[in-house]
Parts: sequence; C-alpha cells; structure tokens
Amino acid sequence: MADVTMNGALNEALRRSLTEDDRMLVFGEDVGRLGGVFRITDGLQQEFGERRVFDTPLAESAIAGVSVGLAVAGWHPVIEMQFDSFSYPAFNQIVNHVARYRNRTRGIVPMPIVIRIPYGGAVGAAENHSDSPEGYWAQTPGLKVVIPSGALDAYALLRASIADPDPVVFLEPKSRYWVEEVGDLADPAPPIGRARVVRDGTDCSVVAYGAMVARALAAADRAAETGTSVEVIDLRSLVPLDVETIAGSVARTGRAVVVHEAPMSYGPGAEVSARIVEESFDHLEAPVARVTGYDIPYPTATIEQHYVPTAERILAAIARTVEY
Amino acid sequence: MSQASAEPGGGGFAVDAATMRALYRLMAITRALDEEAATLQRQGELAVYPPLIGQEAAQVGSAAAMRDDDWLVPSYRELGAAVVRGIDPVEYLAFYRATWHGGMWDPQAHRFAPICVPVASQIPHAVGLAMGAMLDGRDTCSLVYFGDGATSQGDFHEGCNWAGVFRAPVVFLCQNNQWAISMPAEAQTAGSIHRKAEGYGFPGVRVDGNDVLAVYGAVREAADRARGGDGPTLIEAVTYRIGAHSTADDATRYRAAADVERWQALDPLARYRRDLEESGVGSDELFASVDQEAEEIVARARAGVIAMKPRPVDELFAWVYDEAPPTLTRQRDEAAGDG
Repeated sequence: MADVTMNGALNEALRRSLTEDDRMLVFGEDVGRLGGVFRITDGLQQEFGERRVFDTPLAESAIAGVSVGLAVAGWHPVIEMQFDSFSYPAFNQIVNHVARYRNRTRGIVPMPIVIRIPYGGAVGAAENHSDSPEGYWAQTPGLKVVIPSGALDAYALLRASIADPDPVVFLEPKSRYWVEEVGDLADPAPPIGRARVVRDGTDCSVVAYGAMVARALAAADRAAETGTSVEVIDLRSLVPLDVETIAGSVARTGRAVVVHEAPMSYGPGAEVSARIVEESFDHLEAPVARVTGYDIPYPTATIEQHYVPTAERILAAIARTVEY
Repeated sequence: MSQASAEPGGGGFAVDAATMRALYRLMAITRALDEEAATLQRQGELAVYPPLIGQEAAQVGSAAAMRDDDWLVPSYRELGAAVVRGIDPVEYLAFYRATWHGGMWDPQAHRFAPICVPVASQIPHAVGLAMGAMLDGRDTCSLVYFGDGATSQGDFHEGCNWAGVFRAPVVFLCQNNQWAISMPAEAQTAGSIHRKAEGYGFPGVRVDGNDVLAVYGAVREAADRARGGDGPTLIEAVTYRIGAHSTADDATRYRAAADVERWQALDPLARYRRDLEESGVGSDELFASVDQEAEEIVARARAGVIAMKPRPVDELFAWVYDEAPPTLTRQRDEAAGDG
C-alpha cells in the first residue's frame, strides 16, 4: 500500500499495458520527450522507445485519423488530446470514423483505440483548457465514455479501456490529477459499465462522476451532520451507463440528485434523470434535481468557482429534494 | 530534399504489352460498370451514384501500379480502383443501393478501405496505414484517392504534413477532375495542387490524368520511392468529371456544355484504344473479347444489385460495439419486436 496520485496511476497503467501488449502505441502532442503536459506519459518514451511512444505534429484531427489507419493495420493506439477543447478539431475523425468503422465494416475491422483527454475545470487554466465535452462523445454510438474519479480507479479503468476491443474516450478530470489515494494499483475493480456506490445512504442518492464525486462526498459529509443520510454513486462510465445500480439506489432512497460540471441543458444529467424517471418512477418521493455547470461558455479562472458545482450547491439540492 | 516538379511524371517507364492490354481491359470494364450504375440509379435500383466517367485512366492506372498487398484508400468515386482490386461490383454498389454504409466487401482481404464520404477525412487513414507498415518493417505502402476539392480541407494538410515529417510510405493521389460539385478547381485554390508538396518536404508531380500509362508510371515511381524509405509523393492527375457530381446533381446549372464537350473529345478510354490500335498492342480480337467480358460482368452486377435485399433489422445493432451495452440490447429487442 502506497500513496498514489492519478497522474502516477495513469502513468503506471500505460507502462504495464505497453509491457504486455507489443502492438500498443502511445502518441500525441508532447507525450514523448516531455512526457506530456500533465506528465501522464512521463518516462515511457525512454522505456519503450521512439517507435512505440512518439511526439506528433500539432494536429489533433491527424492524431485521431492516423490512429484509424494504424488500427486497420492491426496496431493499438492510445492517443492523447492535450486538452478538452483541443479534441474538437478531431471531432470529425472520432465521430465519423473511429466510432463507426467497426459497424461500417460489419465487424471485420475493430477500432481498439483509446482517446485520453484531460478535461474539466477548477484548475485555474486559460481559455479553452477547462471544458467538459463528455456529452458530445456519449451521444456518439460506437464510443465508450469512461471517466475515473480517483487515482486507484483511474488505473483500473485505463487498463480496462486499453484492453477493450471498442474505442474508448477516456476523460481524465484534471483537478483530481494530483490528489493522493492510498492503495494498491493491482486492486481488482468493477469492469467498465459498472457504477460504484462509494458511500451508502438511505435518504437521497447523489449520482456523479469524475471530479464531482469528491464534491458529492463532501456534501454527503455535511448532510450527515444534520442527520441526512446520502448515498453517493460514482458512474465510472457514461457509456455503458449502469442504470441498474442507479435505479437500485433510487429504489432505496426515493430521491436523486445528479451532478456534473458540464452545462446543464442536454447534458448527461438529463439522460440520468430520464432513466431514473423511467426505471424508478414509483419510488420517487421528489423530482430529480440537477446540479451542473451553467449554460455558458466556461468562464475565466478568476470566477470559475461560481461555475463548477460546489459541495454547497450539491448540499442545497439535497436539502431541497429531501424537504420536497 | 524538397522538390516539386511541374514536369509530367512517369515518362519513360517501361510497361510491357501484357500490362498494357490488362489496363485496357480494366478501363473498359470500369466504363461499362459505371454506365450501368448510372442506369440502375435512373431505374430506381440505386439510391444515388457518383459517375466517374472520364476518370478511368486516373483510377485504373493508379490502382494497377500498386502491389496487391498495398492499401488503397478510396473516397466515394473509386469504382475503377475497386475493379482493379477484384472487388465484386455488387459489394461496391451496396453502398449506393443504400444497403450498407461503407460497402459490403472485406477491407482486409482486398486491402481496400471502405468508401469514405466526409471529404479528405480518409487521407490521415492512409497515412496511418503507411505508418503501420513502417512499424511492422514491411515494404508495403498505401495510396489515397481524393479530389481537387479535398485539398481545401484541413485533413489534406494534416495528412500531408504528418507523412512528410515521418517520411511515411504513402502516395497522395489527387484526381483533379476540376469540379467539386459546382465549384471549379480555380475557386478551391489560388495555387497549384502538386506544388503544395514542396511545403511538406516531398516531391509533387502533375500528370495527364487521362493518359493511363502516364498515371501508371508516376504511381509506380512514387510507390517505389515510398518502399525505398524515401517518403511520400503527391501526384496531381489532371482529368475531368464528365458526369454530374452525382445522379442527384444537375451540372448544367454551373458549367458550359462546350467545356464538357471539349473534354469528351479527350476521352481516356477511346484515346487509349486508339493508342493500342496504332501500336499494334491491341487487336480487334482483344477489344471484342473485352467488350464481351464487360457485358457479362455488367449483366451479373445488374442481376446482383437488383437481387440485393435490405439487411435484416438485427444487423442494425450487430456491430456497433464488440459487446452491446445493456441499453442497446434493449433497443435491439424492441426493434426486433417491430420486425
């Protein structure tokens, strides 16, 4: 058992997968010599060579498009989009090709590509460095969308994503990169598609993922002080969505609050809320609440604290829901 | 290192008589299938079809110059290249009958990528295939087809630039057919297409795209360079889109009949046949037997297309994921209930 950060856990996941799978490649902007702007690929080029871990021209569409050709040729690309907003130039390649190639070729040509994207705000970053684009990817049939909330699960989920035969958009919550957890990286974890109840409770279910899980847990701690028992679910993947775990929790608590950093309208919270209504309508004691980013472009760093959902906002939503 | 030549490529490349006859056969079959596809569309048997008439030399000459284990990466107007690769025309036309997106052939077996509609987006795929060959230490290369319109797209730039940096073994084959739907080539770029290669650090050549031997020679030369580790080549094959953009387009709205007629007089198939007659490589016997064979191929394709039924509903869900998520499984069951 040791202290481990998400950066370190992701780095170790890449290292172990590169060791086991000699068809795996790691490439993207500054991922080689520098080790990535967040150091997720630190040391990998030295260890595995420039053939398997390489820097590319500054061209996100080509990074994704070249990975399609490499996958057709039987390689296994694990690519990095340097920041959330910089994945948009690759949108055409990911949506029109990565996501559809398997289906277009009637199962003959799979696309075992992992697209790693550092995402989200609350890190004081410049413009175009703090978006939460998961809704775009989750609305694209053919992609899996995986989002870890902490270091140990990040290791397990990235390992599982690399082993997955389907393309995975792997979103890494930047604000959790440096947070330490204590544990063993070899810990077995639920597979992709299984949510995890990270705190048991009886009065209200809070459904979150990525950086919002820690804030939901903080809100649950505060709620407990006033006698409200909150269950917290970490989704771990938006696609597949573990409706069973969500519905099971809401069946017990009768109340649900969905939290994400992305803007509210048409966001993942809308999908989760709809599923709760579809699956657990008879159990609901209150309307499903959403605590999300606002429907505005991600703000400047000096006022971003008003945008990213806080434990206080989550707590207020829990209170409204419980008192309904 | 970087050099861009305005000279026609492929000059002096020796092509034996058997290859010359084979090229004629492939061009004639392509012409016959292309005309039949347009007919099938008019008869309601295809949803849409983009005719390639006029581009047979560019497509057949380039595809035939590549080895069978090289990858060809098409856009959506590459029936001629598919014919060279021995793809069943019915499997190719399945795309245009709206039977299956991408077409129905096995891309791995034919080393021929699925049909690609988003313009220029197939270019980085060919670069990736070339990178894959490099990483495997194989001496194969890839050739990607695109048009003059595609050179305006970012993926053309990103693909060329990347291939130049990594010296990837890829041949960029631009069929400059001078029209991107209604826009003439001079409205796509203020410069010349083949000379763009200079900025990427590899050679660019312009060839007469209606001269099958010139195209064949230029592509052989480029593929040999690629195999030898000398990196990519951009080839601009100057040709003309005799037909409309597709059967859904009316080209009389934006271009003069005289322009089309001028290029019809430069028909690559008629021209090549005359060359073969004059050189004695082609005989009446050859032309008659090719015509006969093309007729049979067309009849089989026609029957196959008409017999092709819509796919069963469960195929909508079969290959979206390796293992369908629970939500998709439920939707599949719902759709089956509709069935």
